[in-house]
Amino acid sequence: MKVTCVVNGETRQADDVWPGESLLYVLRERLGLPGAKNACEQGECGSCTVYLDGLPVCACLVAAGQAEGRTVTTVEGLAPGAGEEQLDRVQKAFLATGAVQCGFCTPGLIVAVHDLLAREPEPSDPDIREALAGNLCRCTGYEKIMEAVRLAAAS
Amino acid sequence: MTTVVKEPTAVAGGVGTSPQRPDGVLKVSGEFAYSSDLWADEMLWGATVRSPHPSAELRGIDITGALAVPGVYAVLTAADVPGARHYGLEVVDQPVLAVDEVRYEGEPVAIVAADHPETARRAAARVKVEYAVRAPVTDAEDALTRGDLVRHVPIRRFATAGDAALTADVVVTGDYEVGMQDQAFLGPESGLAVPAEDGGVDLFVATQWLHVDQRQVAACLGLPPEKVRLSLAGVGGAFGAREDLSMQVHACLLALHTGRPVKMVYGREESFFGHVHRHPARLSYEHGASRDGKLLYVKARILLDGGAYTSSTPAVVANAATLGVGPYDVPTVVIDAYGVYTNNPPCGAMRGFGAVQACFAYESQMDKLAAALGLDPVELRRRNAMTTGSVMPTGQLVDGPAPVADLLARVRDRPLPAPATGDPRERPGGVANTTRGEGVVRGVGYAIGIKNVCFSEGFDDYSTARVRLSVVGGEPAVLVHTAAAEVGQGLVTVQAQIARTELGVAMVSVATADTSVGSAGSSSASRQTYMTGGAVRAACQAVRATVLARLGRATDPDRLGSAEALSLVDGKVVASDGSVVASLVDLLGDDVVEETVEWRHKPTRPLDPATGQGDAHVQYAFAAHRAVVDVDTELGLVRVVEIATAQDVGKAVNPQAVVGQIQGGTAQGLGLAVMEEIQVVDGVVRNPSFTDYLIPTILDMPPMAVDVLELGDPDAPYGLRGVGEPPTISSTPAVVAAIRAATGLALPRVPVRPDHIVFP
Repeated sequence: MKVTCVVNGETRQADDVWPGESLLYVLRERLGLPGAKNACEQGECGSCTVYLDGLPVCACLVAAGQAEGRTVTTVEGLAPGAGEEQLDRVQKAFLATGAVQCGFCTPGLIVAVHDLLAREPEPSDPDIREALAGNLCRCTGYEKIMEAVRLAAAS
Repeated sequence: MTTVVKEPTAVAGGVGTSPQRPDGVLKVSGEFAYSSDLWADEMLWGATVRSPHPSAELRGIDITGALAVPGVYAVLTAADVPGARHYGLEVVDQPVLAVDEVRYEGEPVAIVAADHPETARRAAARVKVEYAVRAPVTDAEDALTRGDLVRHVPIRRFATAGDAALTADVVVTGDYEVGMQDQAFLGPESGLAVPAEDGGVDLFVATQWLHVDQRQVAACLGLPPEKVRLSLAGVGGAFGAREDLSMQVHACLLALHTGRPVKMVYGREESFFGHVHRHPARLSYEHGASRDGKLLYVKARILLDGGAYTSSTPAVVANAATLGVGPYDVPTVVIDAYGVYTNNPPCGAMRGFGAVQACFAYESQMDKLAAALGLDPVELRRRNAMTTGSVMPTGQLVDGPAPVADLLARVRDRPLPAPATGDPRERPGGVANTTRGEGVVRGVGYAIGIKNVCFSEGFDDYSTARVRLSVVGGEPAVLVHTAAAEVGQGLVTVQAQIARTELGVAMVSVATADTSVGSAGSSSASRQTYMTGGAVRAACQAVRATVLARLGRATDPDRLGSAEALSLVDGKVVASDGSVVASLVDLLGDDVVEETVEWRHKPTRPLDPATGQGDAHVQYAFAAHRAVVDVDTELGLVRVVEIATAQDVGKAVNPQAVVGQIQGGTAQGLGLAVMEEIQVVDGVVRNPSFTDYLIPTILDMPPMAVDVLELGDPDAPYGLRGVGEPPTISSTPAVVAAIRAATGLALPRVPVRPDHIVFP
């Protein structure tokens, strides 16, 4: 089947999509957007978090057909332009605080934090922890991710 | 005791600073190419047929149904392996694809290549394998009785002759158990194999040691190593789980067979079967002490379940034995550590590597002994703390800094966290709102651990670095090339920092790690900054010497003095009086100066097989933890409120990355303390998913205060000490000690589950 949706501001069409394919698979393997990550593919780790019509979802749990005619924003679409200066404040904060190690959780976390700060510009620490409870990180122990969120909120 | 290491401030972003990761922008923008992100024209997807049985004879494999699936290009079995049918890190015993029998659940039996990953999976499901199922050996004690021994390491060290030493005023004993932990890296096993025109193959893969992969893959393919070229693809975490091969040989076999690039990416469930785990252990300890709290002897028996194949079990057993009493002075030590073969999942390397299991037991014992003596737990540890000049149970002298008492004092002296607020999210159970504070008890616990850094027991442990200096765009520029695996720890950053410091050049690039340069050894044993850092420094020093030798031709030698008096600062050669002698741009012109250096740490020796005596280790590292927990004693729920760590890192080459290692390592130890266990019943894994195998979330992790000491080790580059593993080792017993303090329970097993607290 064909799936057409707006991805990072552009109308994109994927051909020959199998009915069982996830939005994650279509983004990664058919549209050349591997930023959303494939760590568990069962909605437990949050590494594939993207916006679907403005709401954060695990792309692995969305059937590709469900994205038909809708708007998707991935981590690749958060920065308004190319180059380090153009990065979103959340991306900059992750870099500045050392919240990135292996980085596999990073794209999903950045989308989740981006969403949190849009909803709650000044989150408390318990707010941050609650909002990011669906994003697993195995490298950092989350301390520097907390620092990154606080920094992004303040910037 | 502090060694001051001379450190020229050659240029910004050098050793001791925390510059941004060179791969950071790519990682935050989603453009960093991990091993599962790779793509090639005409690419096929691989899938693996795995045994559902932990032990069975292979009676036959019928691949015809799988081959008939449209879109399938190859179905291969052991008969299709052109070279060696087995591989292994030290002992070659693990089949590429099962030969005649399977020895663990999930063992690869056949592989499939198809034009869509789902086609490959469906075809794999149509491979018919006839098994004659056998009763698996799943109990390590039974395996030992049967003689299925991987290795026995005895330690015999007597202050006085024989059993006379084993007398004491106070004796405590305990039996402990550690469950099977998973590394649970997020980036699954994956890679892309591309067949080459010369009949060889190029493999892009996430691994910890390219050259040991290359050696094994080439042998199994029946190709010379130069025809099996490996490049490091982006690695989504490792923690030991990428030391052994997973999909490497399989993808290459399929690529060479089909003549097309083949990508393999494990799903999460498959990943639990695709790599080795931390050895589950049973440990029995006896500690004897005098009334004033001085340890007189420790006797221990440690049994580690290695599962179906050897992997790194021999070295894990040696670590458990040699580090088995912890960072304490113990005059008499009798330890027997065993690793055995069973039909459980293979176990091998995971962060902490044998030291983790022992530390849970010896630190539990120290608390028990403190209680028996009526002593404060930190005070008992202080009275027995190892120092510089102490002797290990192996007879090895601890000649470097060993600030055991100081590290403990630092975590003890921190202010304690405030009592819980009324926010339910700060209570055990969190937003589940399971308590309003009734039945919640706070506890505080301490632990300290010891870890060896680098490879031990006489292993020829080295790293290779190639450093090139040239002028690029009118500026001096350095290219650092090694085969060392960046797995997330920040080695790429550190390599560039070292080059900046040594050569005084701001523009430094680190080339992609591959096998076109010599081996760097493994990104494990907390060794890579020490070893590849040491190699990069040595190669930079060789480049520096070559460059400075050119000066003699161009300048007045009397003015220069010796080469040692010159420094490279900000692209210039500077004399000791601060005057600029020459610029690197002028000195180099169009020339390229390149040096490749192989660098080794000081040699180690094997352990005496009868007594376990010998200078087996390179360097010792220490970390201490204090954990504060709130326990809902009615529901058995634990919330860790705070963990404080103190660790000596010798020299914080990159302070931000050091703290990141300590916090991340602490989190993995917390996971083992309260939630992480691969549950294996009759050889079958019951929880191969992130739904059922729990790792700490951001809700489970508390604030972590970190106190970094820098007591230089004169033998190590810049005085540094390996950082990655120590924090994982002692956080587990610290958390459990805190739960014991809150509940008064013995809790001899990790992970501690709610029912251990509610129904002890």
